[in-house]
Amino acid sequence: MGFQYLFKRLAIMVPIFFLVVTLVFFMIRFAPGGPFSSEKSVSPAILKNLEAKYHMDEPLVSQYIRYWKDLLRGDLGPSFKHANRTVNEIIQESLPVSVELGLLALAWAVIIGVSAGALAALKPNTVYDYVPMAFSLLGICLPTFVVGPVLVLVFGLWLQWLPVAGWESWQDRVLPSLTLGFAYAAYISRLTRGGLIEIRGQEFIRTARSKGLTESQILIKHSLRGGLLPVVSYLGPALAGIITGALVTETIFNIPGLGRFFIESAVNRDYTVVMGTSLLYFTLIFLCNFLVDLVYAILDPRLKYV
Amino acid sequence: MSNGLWTDALTRLKKNKLALLGAAFLLLEVAVFFLAPLFSQTGYEVQDLEMTFSAPTQLHWFGTDSLGRDLLSRVLFGGRVSLTVGLLASLVSALVGVVYGSLSGFLGGKTDNVMMRIVDVLYALPFIFLVIILMVYFGRNFVLLFVALGLTQWLTMARIVRGQVLSLRHKEFIEAAHSLGIRKRKIILKHLIPNTLGPVIVYLTLTVPSVILEEAFLSYLGLGIQAPLASWGTLIKEGVDVMDLAPWTLFFPAFFLSATLFSLNFLGDGLRDALDPKGARD
Amino acid sequence: MHRTKLFLATVYFLTLFSTKLFPSPQVLNLGNGSEPKDLDPHTVTGIPEFQIIQNLFEGLVGKDPKTLEPSPGVAESWKLSKDGKVYTFKLRKNAKWSNGEPVTASDFIYSWKRLLDPKTASEYAYQGYYLKGGRDFNQGKMKDPGQLGIKSTDPLTLEVTLENPTPYFLSLLYHHSLYPVHQATVEKHGMRWTRPENLVSNGPFRLKKWQMNQVITLERNPEYWDASNVKLEAVNFFAVEKVETEEKMFLVKKLHATASIPTEKVPFWMKDTSGVFRRHPYLGTYFYWINVNRAPLNNPLVRKALALSIDREKLAKFVLKGGQAPSESFTPPGTGGFKPESRLPKDLSRLTEAKKLLAQAGFPEGKGLPPIEILYNTSEGHKKIAEAIQEMWSENLGVKATLYNQEWKVFLDTQHSKNYMVSRAGWIADYNDPNTFLDMLTTGNGNNHAGWSNPDYDALIHQAAKELKPKKRYELFQKAEEILLRELPVIPLYVYTRLYLLSPDVQGWFENVEDIHPLKYVWLK
Repeated sequence: MGFQYLFKRLAIMVPIFFLVVTLVFFMIRFAPGGPFSSEKSVSPAILKNLEAKYHMDEPLVSQYIRYWKDLLRGDLGPSFKHANRTVNEIIQESLPVSVELGLLALAWAVIIGVSAGALAALKPNTVYDYVPMAFSLLGICLPTFVVGPVLVLVFGLWLQWLPVAGWESWQDRVLPSLTLGFAYAAYISRLTRGGLIEIRGQEFIRTARSKGLTESQILIKHSLRGGLLPVVSYLGPALAGIITGALVTETIFNIPGLGRFFIESAVNRDYTVVMGTSLLYFTLIFLCNFLVDLVYAILDPRLKYV
Repeated sequence: MSNGLWTDALTRLKKNKLALLGAAFLLLEVAVFFLAPLFSQTGYEVQDLEMTFSAPTQLHWFGTDSLGRDLLSRVLFGGRVSLTVGLLASLVSALVGVVYGSLSGFLGGKTDNVMMRIVDVLYALPFIFLVIILMVYFGRNFVLLFVALGLTQWLTMARIVRGQVLSLRHKEFIEAAHSLGIRKRKIILKHLIPNTLGPVIVYLTLTVPSVILEEAFLSYLGLGIQAPLASWGTLIKEGVDVMDLAPWTLFFPAFFLSATLFSLNFLGDGLRDALDPKGARD
Repeated sequence: MHRTKLFLATVYFLTLFSTKLFPSPQVLNLGNGSEPKDLDPHTVTGIPEFQIIQNLFEGLVGKDPKTLEPSPGVAESWKLSKDGKVYTFKLRKNAKWSNGEPVTASDFIYSWKRLLDPKTASEYAYQGYYLKGGRDFNQGKMKDPGQLGIKSTDPLTLEVTLENPTPYFLSLLYHHSLYPVHQATVEKHGMRWTRPENLVSNGPFRLKKWQMNQVITLERNPEYWDASNVKLEAVNFFAVEKVETEEKMFLVKKLHATASIPTEKVPFWMKDTSGVFRRHPYLGTYFYWINVNRAPLNNPLVRKALALSIDREKLAKFVLKGGQAPSESFTPPGTGGFKPESRLPKDLSRLTEAKKLLAQAGFPEGKGLPPIEILYNTSEGHKKIAEAIQEMWSENLGVKATLYNQEWKVFLDTQHSKNYMVSRAGWIADYNDPNTFLDMLTTGNGNNHAGWSNPDYDALIHQAAKELKPKKRYELFQKAEEILLRELPVIPLYVYTRLYLLSPDVQGWFENVEDIHPLKYVWLK
């Protein structure tokens, strides 16, 4: 019964996918400015040659059909800007980087968020509550592109404890993932706190208390599972947010991830890369939400998915 | 019925100090930002090329920026722009969300099912990418900006409104009105909408900060508000680049942005708690 | 004890000689701006690409790092015919590709044909137009590449026939479009021939690693004919888009040199006494195009009024702050030794003159003049300059200007299709001769975005192209500049200045107006 629903969810992805491809394809083709504009003027003859090379001289509809044919074979096309790479190769190189960044950020977000939230829930309305919650508000209200450069300034330039940019050594991973995860840690801490406090007020907790368990035992054994439900349902949007937030983080820290390619290709009218990365993002995020729903369904048997 | 709901809510709200603080700050801000041009001498665009990057002084309370422009005026101006964009986009999202949600909830049955299925799916799509593509390719104009931003937020509103409508539909007074033969449209206008107003306002208050942040995000990428206008997003972007040189150019816009977002969040949370004290409805 | 003493002695001697045994690694780290599009010498057009390519490949002629004079490259000597049209190059015997094969004249013949082949669609194909038949072949008018003015009588002799005598031809040969590429590699791997696992090059370095949007690593090429004099073991070109990030990387010593400096930090660095701040003029002009076919800009009086009312000194001093030289002519003074005599006036009398001209044109105090639109491509730097000029026009002339920006690609399209009134632009010399600036403005030149046409000007430039005597050539150019500053299809604003940070450990790096620093001469202290 649950699987029927989930299957339906997956099936809907097909028309959505179709819609997205069509939308993005025509949107970027209709826009002014093509991939071959450059400062040193291209002569009309050379322009013709370039266009022929990339099949841009064909009517729009046949270009569209050609794109679908290639897409179904798994071929996302050549890049206009990076002449010696195909879109598939670009994605192959940059996706793992973004995934790693995203997972690390998520890890930070969950670890810091849950711990802070649990602490606050354990001792509500005390210092242990106010301080983490104040920080969490800060996290929600300060954009990544303020937090990142400030962290770089303090830890990279002044203290020189960590690198200022790049993605080579393990130290390079710390600041970017922390920056990206900070805002989500903030949300998660508030959700955890709220969820835990609500659970604690419930019947089975009182029973446990009357049995003589300590607060922390209660927390770990009983509250967490139910109290973390709101956190789990938030993970879907959190992952989506992390993936989009990575755009700015990758720019700040000069990380060779998918996000930088997306922005750069949009600006450069590198049509195939824009299409390829957009499709990838949509698919990725859709899958993330789907997975989260799956996990949620498993964790909370109270909910029915018909 | 409605009367009682509102007065109860107001009482609860008054007890929430933080929400009141937030509300007060926002009112003050709006007053200062929108009335300031009547008093302010230095315009936000006046350059003084010989006084670039000067620290706060009596003449320039917030210091000056890279072209010697008075930062205070720029922060006030940016505030007007950011708040306006936030409000307009939120209104767009509210409009679309309310119409969609109430239609879905009211029509019910299979139509409702399909409509909500669509919302579920759209929820998964990262609109920000579409917005980026839109902004890059169709030029950055002000209207496109807040319409596009508004459209990234309507889904939650739709869900909330639909939920409200569904729960209200079956309430006694609606059924009573129905049995009295009052037309559907009247029911919607006189009963459903005023009762959904509460949650709509709450989420409106909570949408504004999201939109303002998204605008700042776009501005950082160079896609948001364009010159000659300025917003907090663009001011922060300029400030980040020179924060080790002229920290005040980052500090003031960032402070106001955060304080405004704080206030909006507090107020929104307070309103939500006031209207539905049981809620851990996240 | 005996053993301890021996141990200590060993340690002592090892530390004594350790600096000789393990010298600091000769690995140079450079900030290189945006990610290169490719490393194919015939299809790229950008500076980041050129910085890498000039160290991977070597052309017929190199450049002396101090004087920029042509020095032997693959060609060890050359002769020029009396009519100035035929060069005969003698290639050196030990010039080799990185896979050990010798570099021969046929490599150059293949490569220049490839540059001009319409199928390659090279944007720099026009660099090959100096060659006899080059233009016709590239534009499809001549089908047989065998008729191009390039032949070899034996593998080590290359004979090049030019369309016209070109005094700067040797300097031109340093441009990457005229470098040789390895035929077998290109034909075998197609678009992937520039990947590290495939690339074969003939320069002092070869390609080791290419991580997109991060770093391109070059290592010493042992097959290079002068490899024994190349001291660097490896060079890392970091693709760092944000200037601020680049600066931070330099400060924490991750980079030895940056590609540029954040505009806002320029005044700060100008006060630097440690010597890392480098500043020198660069062969380029920052200017504004004026669309001379759009009213009211079709009136030269209006154009002159606009040009005169800009305070270039103030712009350079307070907006740019990098010690850039305000322009007084279109060609930067010193280009190929050329010193333009016609100048735009600097003193305040120009303001009164500007007001007078505007009134003469029929718009006293700017009344009746439609707003002038200034187009620039999205960037804080261009924005500031445009905003400052907008102020100046408003204050000095009462002329209203509106600004609008577009992002790069759209901006270029708008410029090319002449859909603008005034547009920001920049032009960097392709070679060290005034012709690279002046021939751009001839009628119908692909880069003449003003749509300006002046037959007297065209005649002067065409004549100069054929003129053998340098003095006479420059006299023709002087006349050309005079016409330019009278008609003003462009408003020159300032001469580019190279501003960047360089670590004091870097040796063999000399400042010059072309900003060329061949890395074969560079080493680390």
